[in-house]
Amino acid sequence: MPTTIILNDKSVTLAAEPDMPLLWAIREIAGLHGTKFGCGIAMCGACTVHLDGEPIRSCVTPLSAVEGRKVTTIEGLQSRAGKAVQAAWIEVQVPQCGYCQSGQIMSATALLEKNAEPTDAEIDSAMSGNICRCATYVRIRAAIHTASRSAKA
Amino acid sequence: MSVRSNDTQRTTRRTFLKDSGTAAIAALTVGFEWIGWSRRAGAVPADSAALFMPNAFLRVAADGTVTVIAKHVELGQGSYTGIATVVAEELDADWTRVRVESAPADAKRYANLAFGTMQGTGGSSAMANSWMQLREAGAKARAMLLTAASKQWQIPVSALTAENGTVSDLAGKHHATFGDLVKSAASLAVPESAKLKDPKDFKLIGRRLARVDVPAKCDGTAQFTLDVELPGMLVALLARPPRFGATVRSFDPGAAAAIPGVVKIVQVPRGVAVIAKNFWSAKKGRDALIVDWDETHAEKRGSSDIMQEYRRLAEQPARSARKDGDARSAIGSAPRKLSASFEFPFLAHAPMEPLDAVVKLTTDSCEIWAGDQFQTVDQANAARTAGLDPQRVNIHTLYAGGSFGRRANPGSDYIVEAVSIAKAHGADGTPIKLQWTREDDIRGGLYRPMYYHKLEAGLGPKGEITGWHHVIVGQSILTGTPFAAMFKDGIDSTSVEGAANIAYDIPNISVELATTQNGVPVLWWRVVGSSHTTFAVEAFIDEAAHAAGEDAFAFRAKLLAHHPRMKGVLDLAAEKAGWNSGPLPQGKGRGIAVAEAFKTFVAQVVEVSVDASGQITVERVVCAVDCGTPINPDVIAAQMEGGIGFGLGAALYGAVTLKDGRVEQSNFNSYRVLRMNEMPRVEVHIVPSTEPPTGVGEPGVAPLGPALANAIFAATGKRNYVFPLANGHLRS
Repeated sequence: MPTTIILNDKSVTLAAEPDMPLLWAIREIAGLHGTKFGCGIAMCGACTVHLDGEPIRSCVTPLSAVEGRKVTTIEGLQSRAGKAVQAAWIEVQVPQCGYCQSGQIMSATALLEKNAEPTDAEIDSAMSGNICRCATYVRIRAAIHTASRSAKA
Repeated sequence: MSVRSNDTQRTTRRTFLKDSGTAAIAALTVGFEWIGWSRRAGAVPADSAALFMPNAFLRVAADGTVTVIAKHVELGQGSYTGIATVVAEELDADWTRVRVESAPADAKRYANLAFGTMQGTGGSSAMANSWMQLREAGAKARAMLLTAASKQWQIPVSALTAENGTVSDLAGKHHATFGDLVKSAASLAVPESAKLKDPKDFKLIGRRLARVDVPAKCDGTAQFTLDVELPGMLVALLARPPRFGATVRSFDPGAAAAIPGVVKIVQVPRGVAVIAKNFWSAKKGRDALIVDWDETHAEKRGSSDIMQEYRRLAEQPARSARKDGDARSAIGSAPRKLSASFEFPFLAHAPMEPLDAVVKLTTDSCEIWAGDQFQTVDQANAARTAGLDPQRVNIHTLYAGGSFGRRANPGSDYIVEAVSIAKAHGADGTPIKLQWTREDDIRGGLYRPMYYHKLEAGLGPKGEITGWHHVIVGQSILTGTPFAAMFKDGIDSTSVEGAANIAYDIPNISVELATTQNGVPVLWWRVVGSSHTTFAVEAFIDEAAHAAGEDAFAFRAKLLAHHPRMKGVLDLAAEKAGWNSGPLPQGKGRGIAVAEAFKTFVAQVVEVSVDASGQITVERVVCAVDCGTPINPDVIAAQMEGGIGFGLGAALYGAVTLKDGRVEQSNFNSYRVLRMNEMPRVEVHIVPSTEPPTGVGEPGVAPLGPALANAIFAATGKRNYVFPLANGHLRS
């Protein structure tokens, strides 16, 4: 039973079981590998994508729930905030193993799109659903501030 | 800079290297047996007919690109960047033209010199073991490029210089890029030796160079094992026993086989695998699978039963790991006596990328893709499982999404599982990806062992420590592994490191070890022995300082007078933290701890605040590290920051517990790790040094736990002896 979604601004029809989590449809059916599997129960944020601009955990979102809706993954990140976040991640040298960083970047972008100048507390609150076992948190916090400044400039 | 996995066929490279005396020119055929994603990762340019490959660690292409071959896995610690930096430094390469490629499994060329004859990464040894090897590789290649230019221009080598990927004569008349010189350099004999740079001339080493792997890790293009997709590939999930040591009695594949997408269900030594067209079908298939487990020989005790046994063993004579003087009588005759015991739980590594491996097995070949940490061990174990000669097993090492020790396991558990599944599937060349779920990871064993520590000390009339007696009880990590040779006099060094070698100047010291056995498989976990020994030592020395009525920093400093590097980091951390700037306000506390791990010295000062409800907030951590020559200060800082966060999560929340032999945790909801809102501010200070470099991946973890506990004591007057700290076992 195919499902049609707007994936990174393109309409795609994915031939998959409707209960397949969006994560696996994106990865194994659409073939986009930037979005990662970390826990499968929405506890780590490695699978974060944007659904109609909102950050969601794709590992617990069935494909059927996003029919016709707009899904953005790390591969389709084009917004000013998104580009600023990616540039800041490089400038601050955030990643270590890097596995969680697509999800971190998607969460950080969603935060900045809503709140252009978040405080540390607002960053902590928006980002605490994204686990990084390398604990790059200090740099994530710094990079979000950097991105906030550069997106404003 | 770019990075790719090794995709040159082994056979090709073998042939290529046969001509060992000279750096042969060859039209290197880059053989892709697998297509798609690998090509995107950036291969050797198709037009690079001429290559200069003077040794196993680098090659220069005709277009001037320098490819550095990394024998160590990149699992977040920055090894690729460090390795490339050292080679590029001595080569005088243009840093922007340097790329990194992972080495194939080959103990002859790529052994970890700290391990002996095996290739692998661990013990924070990547830079330490390869420092001279990589410098020499770069320097010899540079010498050959200079010789080539010298011949071409008829100018003596002494009148030539290399900089930024270009050779020039000192008069400034001639210039040639490394690429221009590839052909003639490749025809030269490799020199026996080459002069290494004076460290004062380093241009790259010591700089905050950007990591080579960062750009690809910011746009989703970095290739992990999860991302491997090969034509016709299937995905397997394995049903493993609910208790360690149980085996399959029988299974009913009916319901699982009925799930759409499930291709095959096979029994393997470690359980029953569901092989499907994709992850979701495999997952649903495994959920539906019915297995009857034979638990006759399974471990059925709980964590509390095990700890009870350990407490009892701590009261009995154990094996001596260190004996200076007579600690027993010194403590017995001391005017004041102190004692404490500490309890540590099993810990899971929980790297962000759950374990995974892709295997393509035929009757005479085995190809493996993994974030492989123990290449030649995994190669041997895979070969044994497949029934092939190790030479027939080719390993592609990809980025690992974290490890913290988990992927470095002597039994190669996840690799062996994947090979056994591919074999049970028929060894027909179908690529199979074994994917662990997070539940598999948390419940899959190979934990940091549980330990019980008992310490006693005697204090003399002036508050000086007259005797120190330390008993450690716990499982051996090395028993039954190829590393068992590291046992010394019946002592597993990984059980006592950080305790048997304490640097404090105490006249009578005894450290004893009682090695236990149970059915729970264990493994090294980031910073290994020092993940528990440093806590026991540094929390107890803090108690001794308090009992002596002395300042926790000054007490340690006095006992480390003869150990300049330990004292150096201790002094630096205290100074930068403002230790002597007066007491903190009510409700706040500061704690300090110092450690040596893998020849790196780290001290940390932790500041906490405690609110009226007893809620503890870790506000700031100041870290000082002495890791010899700092190769990349930014990578060092990042590893300290990360080690602090990793150690903090474990100290506050980390515990895998067993009830009747079953693991009680399953995922990040019950195996809690540190999150963003719990991360303190961190400051890292690096001790300038010209000593050989030592590792930074692990040592930053060691002092965090005790510095935290000591800070909590300073703020609350209470100490904690049972991990994890957030469970609230504080005692006055």
